[in-house]
Amino acid sequence: MQNNNNKLIDKFTRDEYKYGFYTDIQTDTASKGLSEDTVRFIWAKKKEPDFMLDFRLKAFRHWQKMKEPTWAHIKYNPIDYQDMIYYAAPRKKPQYENLDQVDPELLETFNKLGIPLEEQKQLAGIAVDAVMDSVSITTTYKKKLAEKGIIFSSFSEALQNHPELVREHIASVVPYTDNFFAALNSAVFSDGSFVYIPKGVKCPIELSTYFRINAANTGQFERTLIVAGEDSYVSYLEGCTAPMRSENQLHAAVVEIIAQKNAEVKYSTVQNWWPGDKKGKGGVFNFVTKRGICKGDNAKISWTQVETGSAITWKYPSLILKGNNTTGEFFSVAVTNNMQQADTGTKMIHLGKNSRSTIISKGISAGNSNNSYRGLVKMSKEAANSRNFSQCDSLLLGNRSGAHTFPYIDVQNKSSVAEHEATTSKISEDQLFYCLQRGIDMENAIGLIVNGYAKDVLNKLPMEFAVEAQNLLSVSLEGSVG
Amino acid sequence: MLSIKNLKVSIEDKLILKGLNLEVKEGEIHAIMGPNGTGKSTLAWVIAGRNDFTVEQGEVTYMGKNLLDIPPEARSKEGIFLGFQYPVEIPGVSMTNFMRTAINEKRKHLDLKPLSGAEFLKLMEEKKKLVKIQSKLTDRSVNEGFSGGEKKKNEIFQMALLEPKLAILDETDSGLDIDALKVVANGVNMLRRKDNATIIITHYQRLLDYIIPDFVHVLFDGMIVKSGGKELAFELEEKGYEWIKNKSE
Amino acid sequence: MIANNNSSLKPHAFKKAMIALFENKHDQIPGNSSDIIDKLRQIAFEHFKQLELPSKTMESWRFTNPEPLFRDDYIIDFESKFQKIDVSKIFTCDVYDLDTYCVTLINGWFAYKNSPLSCLKDGTIIGSLYKAMEIYPDIIEKYLGSVAKISEQSLISLNTVFMQDGLFIYVPDNVKVEKPVQVINIVDSDKPVFLQPRNLIIAGKNSKLTLVHCDHSLTHNISFTNTVSEVILHKNAFIDHYKVQNKGRNSALVTSMFFRQEQNSTLNNNVMTLNGGLTRNQVDLSIKGENCTAELNGLYLMDKYQHIDNSVFADHAAPNSRSNQLYKGILDDQASGVFSGKVLVRRGSQNTMAFQNNKNILLTDEAKINTQPFLEIYADDVKCSHGATVGQLDPNAMFYMRSRGICERTARQLLMYAFASEVVKKISIEPLKDNINKLVEKRLKGELSICDQCILNCSSKEPRFVQNILD
Repeated sequence: MQNNNNKLIDKFTRDEYKYGFYTDIQTDTASKGLSEDTVRFIWAKKKEPDFMLDFRLKAFRHWQKMKEPTWAHIKYNPIDYQDMIYYAAPRKKPQYENLDQVDPELLETFNKLGIPLEEQKQLAGIAVDAVMDSVSITTTYKKKLAEKGIIFSSFSEALQNHPELVREHIASVVPYTDNFFAALNSAVFSDGSFVYIPKGVKCPIELSTYFRINAANTGQFERTLIVAGEDSYVSYLEGCTAPMRSENQLHAAVVEIIAQKNAEVKYSTVQNWWPGDKKGKGGVFNFVTKRGICKGDNAKISWTQVETGSAITWKYPSLILKGNNTTGEFFSVAVTNNMQQADTGTKMIHLGKNSRSTIISKGISAGNSNNSYRGLVKMSKEAANSRNFSQCDSLLLGNRSGAHTFPYIDVQNKSSVAEHEATTSKISEDQLFYCLQRGIDMENAIGLIVNGYAKDVLNKLPMEFAVEAQNLLSVSLEGSVG
Repeated sequence: MLSIKNLKVSIEDKLILKGLNLEVKEGEIHAIMGPNGTGKSTLAWVIAGRNDFTVEQGEVTYMGKNLLDIPPEARSKEGIFLGFQYPVEIPGVSMTNFMRTAINEKRKHLDLKPLSGAEFLKLMEEKKKLVKIQSKLTDRSVNEGFSGGEKKKNEIFQMALLEPKLAILDETDSGLDIDALKVVANGVNMLRRKDNATIIITHYQRLLDYIIPDFVHVLFDGMIVKSGGKELAFELEEKGYEWIKNKSE
Repeated sequence: MIANNNSSLKPHAFKKAMIALFENKHDQIPGNSSDIIDKLRQIAFEHFKQLELPSKTMESWRFTNPEPLFRDDYIIDFESKFQKIDVSKIFTCDVYDLDTYCVTLINGWFAYKNSPLSCLKDGTIIGSLYKAMEIYPDIIEKYLGSVAKISEQSLISLNTVFMQDGLFIYVPDNVKVEKPVQVINIVDSDKPVFLQPRNLIIAGKNSKLTLVHCDHSLTHNISFTNTVSEVILHKNAFIDHYKVQNKGRNSALVTSMFFRQEQNSTLNNNVMTLNGGLTRNQVDLSIKGENCTAELNGLYLMDKYQHIDNSVFADHAAPNSRSNQLYKGILDDQASGVFSGKVLVRRGSQNTMAFQNNKNILLTDEAKINTQPFLEIYADDVKCSHGATVGQLDPNAMFYMRSRGICERTARQLLMYAFASEVVKKISIEPLKDNINKLVEKRLKGELSICDQCILNCSSKEPRFVQNILD
């Protein structure tokens, strides 16, 4: 923890969005616009099995019939889905045996991002799959994992090497009919990560994917599929950044997690897409569908997310607690500043008996931003003796921001208990003055207090991520007072 | 070091300090006594720089500078420390992180290199010994769930870490049992140097059994109505504040 | 829930029928004499044409299916039924010792013994809205339609289009009305009826009013009552408002209560739903002045196939005010419940304190509850919190009682009674509190027959039709 604090304090002085550089790498792109031809182009480009074309086209046709959802507490100008590129890959073919073969520019990019791609950082024990503009660049540590029977690869590779595994599980948790953005993703997703943990295997290292949107006018549509076999365990980390661009970029990802009997999956996200400038120009539209299913008895899935970036966040990592005695967790910190808008939360669908879910959400709104928690807790008739506890707190910085809480609780049996509590407050003047009196200036004081406020959630993150997340919280709030 | 001249301060249009004068020199310990509601805490807040007061008149200079123009964090960096009557809880922020931030901010101000984690831990252990705090207060969130006594001891511990030039202890003795009181007094005595000064604000004479003040002032109705040596404290204890009230009427 | 049979219409068909009805029979609606009313109707009609009727696809009706409300066989009669009858012949109030100014509406029309509109010694006017439109056009023009959200909700605009009569109360400045005013809405018809009573209550500066609003049906026929109340609290006014209902299982009652609070005013609003087919209570509070206080309480005890939907909205548009929502419910058998609470703190409404709490107990696996306590906050210096729980009786308490020799059944009843009493004890009219207490107790013991559950017993146990009385 001490070392943690060191890093935190060392990095405290950073300001501005430091990930906003653009890497000059030639990219191989599809032409603008979306049609069945685009879908076929992506499918062909990626040399996917036939069943994928069928899947993609069905999704595309369904998407055409759907309407963009409007129920979230967000406002934005209409997205022109024809004025966007749906496929962009770094041109040099990304197939590497070792890091020496990787385009140095690309490595430099990842270095700037501070992601542990190089050998030295691998000692930290993280296997990384980096996805840049929708295409997986490299997956480290692959061999070591293979020895245990763990598959950790890009989605494209998985489709080549393990088509039946993918076919069995893809869209089994998030069908393409689920929602507008999931349908769009299903039609045009270009890459992502695939994880398979065999029965009885505890993955010895953290698996990590880093996403980055680099090219202009590009949508990023990645798809992650994690399958955890019986009695297995895996912890997965996801991070994201995007360069500063004056136009909005669309990110519509799908994440699916399947946890079989007694399996445990921990999924952590630090989302730091470019939020747009102070006036709300540019920034990533982050419309993401994440859902896991605790399929077998005693399975457990935890979502932990730190959301500091994106102009718009529309994201509800959800869990279907199907097995008996299953556990679902959702821990979230969402920070919005300037003109950012976040509508995020979770759904806990209790189907199995004695299922348990915990929701802790901390929203922090500054500047002119709006930050909403939206969550559903549903206890079906069959989910006897289930329990939910939700705590959704909001912190307001300044009087121009908004903090909203929209919980939906739906209980259909007599033996379950659902509890929801929420508070909305601001940082107390007393706390601020106490810090000031000890010589800590206003911005640092706010950083400290906000980090303390979010600690229950930050504590759930793996160490490496926790430091980054704490920095992000402070940095994201800079300029929010005064 | 600190010079207060004819200070008049109001809160929400109500005059609290009504022309207060006070001179504090290096090496001195001053005790300010008086009944509740006479402006003792207001004086502490004004010196530390809380902004919910209006200074109507008068001046406060510290080390030759006009203190009233300086924001609270800068005052702290210049060596002013306030021991709060009601230390504030800051959930989730560890004492270690909090104090390390404070110390390094101050070091930055003094053009010193920030302390590394190890150095800071060492310093913390030293100071813990100095003020005789054994508990694991430093592993917990700032003041969160602390007992009254722990909170006050924690203030003294912070004072030891920050090594202020001018410390103001606002009712640090209130609500303490005799052991905690000794810890607090011992801390103040240990930290006493020729080049620093302490103002002890208290309601009772009890703390002054352990810390011998050079001067005792009686604050009543927004003004210092009587000053003297330590014997004044005994006199007050004996005769009660009624004596002052009667005298001043 | 009321039966969904062949007579039900899709919302759009019902809407079309309503539009046609107004276009064709507009001239026949009583109370049309005045330009003010006619203008208001026209405005409301334009809104009604634009607005959608409630349907399950609307967020605010997601969990309450309104379709059974829309039927093609409703009798909508525009003939004035302004009635001079002795109400006491039909029934007597069952709340002993409750000394009130009691007024009655039968099928949406004011029933009176002496005069449709009386003026008390202190200047308070109580009586028929229809009559008030004629006698006090200035007051009507100033207040009618000023609080109800005619432009936002189709049922509100629909009520405004066809409103005929209802309760009118005007309390002048500085007047404290000593006795509570009790209004009893009775539905009594042998055919399916669609009623749209309209109430207007104005409490002047420094005034005080206690109002008990009872809904009651004398038949088991199908009825749909779409009541809209507008209540205005001027500076420093105090209103203690109770809504109590006991309706048959074939009745649908949608009550929309709009409150506007000016500076320093105080509102206590208590909504007790003890019986009904489909019941929707909409409490819409708008705090327009500083230092207001509002207590919004509700209790619902539902069984069989009953459905209750409480929609409570506290809109803080001024600083330094406080609102507190407490809704509790026990759902038995196949009953279903909805609570949609919302607190909106608008920009600049600093120092607001707004609290919201909804607690539910489900007694069977067939009972259902949907609760949505929402907060929407645009000011930073606020204290807001909300909580919602769904669960059972505290097992520790159960065990404790049983270990003291209390049988499980009794222990359960005692705990449920205690659960409900948190709301009941907020009733400040003692006789009403005692009566509701007794009802709750009996209800929880399962001792009540349908007829006994009426808070206002019929003088005869046999339902009789109004027509019989008039003959």
